[in-house]
Amino acid sequence: MKRPIFLDNHSTTPMDPQVLDTMLPYFVEKFGNSASRNHAFGWTAEEAVEQARKQIAKLINADSKEIVFTSGATESNNLAVKGVLEMYKEKGTHIITSSTEHRAVLDTAKSLEAKGLATVTYLPVDKYGMVNPDNVRNAITDKTILISVMLANNEIGTINPIQEIGKIAKAKGILFHCDATQGVGKIPVDVQAMGIDLMSFTAHKIYGPKGVGALYVRKKSPRVRLVAQMDGGGHERGMRSGTLPVPLIVGFGKACELCEQNMAEESARLTTLRNRLQTAIMDSLEESYLNGHPTNRLPGNLNISFAYVEGESLLMGMKDIALSSGSACTSATLEPSYVLRALGVGVELAHSSIRFGLGRFNTDDEIDYTIKKVIEIVTKLRDMSPLYEMAKEGVDLKSVQWAAH
Amino acid sequence: MAYSDKVVDHFNNPRNMGSFKKDEEGIGTGMVGAPECGDVMKLQIKVQNDTIVDAKFKTFGCGSAIASSSLATEWLKGKTIEEAQQIKNTDIVQELNLPPVKIHCSVLAEDAIKAALADYQKKSGDKTEAAQ
Repeated sequence: MKRPIFLDNHSTTPMDPQVLDTMLPYFVEKFGNSASRNHAFGWTAEEAVEQARKQIAKLINADSKEIVFTSGATESNNLAVKGVLEMYKEKGTHIITSSTEHRAVLDTAKSLEAKGLATVTYLPVDKYGMVNPDNVRNAITDKTILISVMLANNEIGTINPIQEIGKIAKAKGILFHCDATQGVGKIPVDVQAMGIDLMSFTAHKIYGPKGVGALYVRKKSPRVRLVAQMDGGGHERGMRSGTLPVPLIVGFGKACELCEQNMAEESARLTTLRNRLQTAIMDSLEESYLNGHPTNRLPGNLNISFAYVEGESLLMGMKDIALSSGSACTSATLEPSYVLRALGVGVELAHSSIRFGLGRFNTDDEIDYTIKKVIEIVTKLRDMSPLYEMAKEGVDLKSVQWAAH
Repeated sequence: MAYSDKVVDHFNNPRNMGSFKKDEEGIGTGMVGAPECGDVMKLQIKVQNDTIVDAKFKTFGCGSAIASSSLATEWLKGKTIEEAQQIKNTDIVQELNLPPVKIHCSVLAEDAIKAALADYQKKSGDKTEAAQ
């Protein structure tokens, strides 16, 4: 078993070696610009891009012409929200989104608000992190032009009722954007069945290369239009100028193809592995709390709060396992995870959370090792924790007058 | 973020981790911080003839908070009450090589020392008064 073990597959994933093999010829040998129309170098590149476009479109049940390449999901989210607002601002400037979106959506919305270009409704989520479709329906006004709700959350893995929200959007004639960065390639995504008009996703979360993503832009019923946020040569149907990164796109296509071929098997394997990790840890450690939906969750996701111990110290105690925490100490903001807070998780428990992100290359042995390590370090740090000691003595921690600092 | 070797050492091998009974003779207890802020330190000193003969800590917090309190207990042992009053958070920052985002951990450790000393003085003062 190689260490450190990578259990942070929501942040990024290692590239599948098959993806790399597919990309390699497009760096030196087949280096052409896919926009060069008049020679073989260009044609070869264009052919490769169109092949990738088909592989990507197939994974989400779209038409290949509906795929717009970007630099990644952050750009896709920016392009979708800003591009739609700019195009349809005469119709209205109200946007509905949710409080647990990725910051690429939230901060885009906030920046539009700050500039006075849009009004935004941030919908609450339930204790599992789910958006209630009724809340979406009730938030709609005659000025609403866009609903943007994520498919699956990056911290807690909770999957939103996208199809129902899509139906509501369609019935009201409002465009529906979905940030599907964490979901595409992991769970079935069908833009037709789900009623999605625009969808952001990226290659590096699905064992493809970093630096390339896509925005699905619906072409028929309705035909979605956008104002480009990058001016230039008019690539990607005028929606995103810039020479296409052919090797990355080829890799993105192959990554999608592999996901499509292996999804059923891979998600079953990861669910089993994840459940084993969850059960073993939670059965051994009292006062460990699952964050997110118990069942309606990404196969590789597990987010647990361990009462009385702080997240960063947990990570420090498991240096040979790459994980992530909702603790403020691990972020630049000194605030614990806004996602966990939106679920109603207390600040103390948000500080105590660990996110496990399982992926394609994790093995049974790695999970066994992780189980052992987690139990060991939580026990050790609880022994060290004055809060655990007080709780054991029967002190109600909520009744203590803490000197906040 | 990389931790300094000293922080890692204190984290992996905490010194004087544990608790004294609060009602034991000559014990001063300081508890500072808050769970919502992500760190709580409990620091205890055992005093005999105005000298700190033993110290213990328990900390809920990040590695730097644990290291700061562990180091504080090491430094407290053998010091008189007055010498202990002189320990500054900046000494802890320097010794542990704490980055700017972790300075609050050292501040908390200084606060914990002060709180433990104050608790001891209050208790021994109460006793003196009672005796008189």
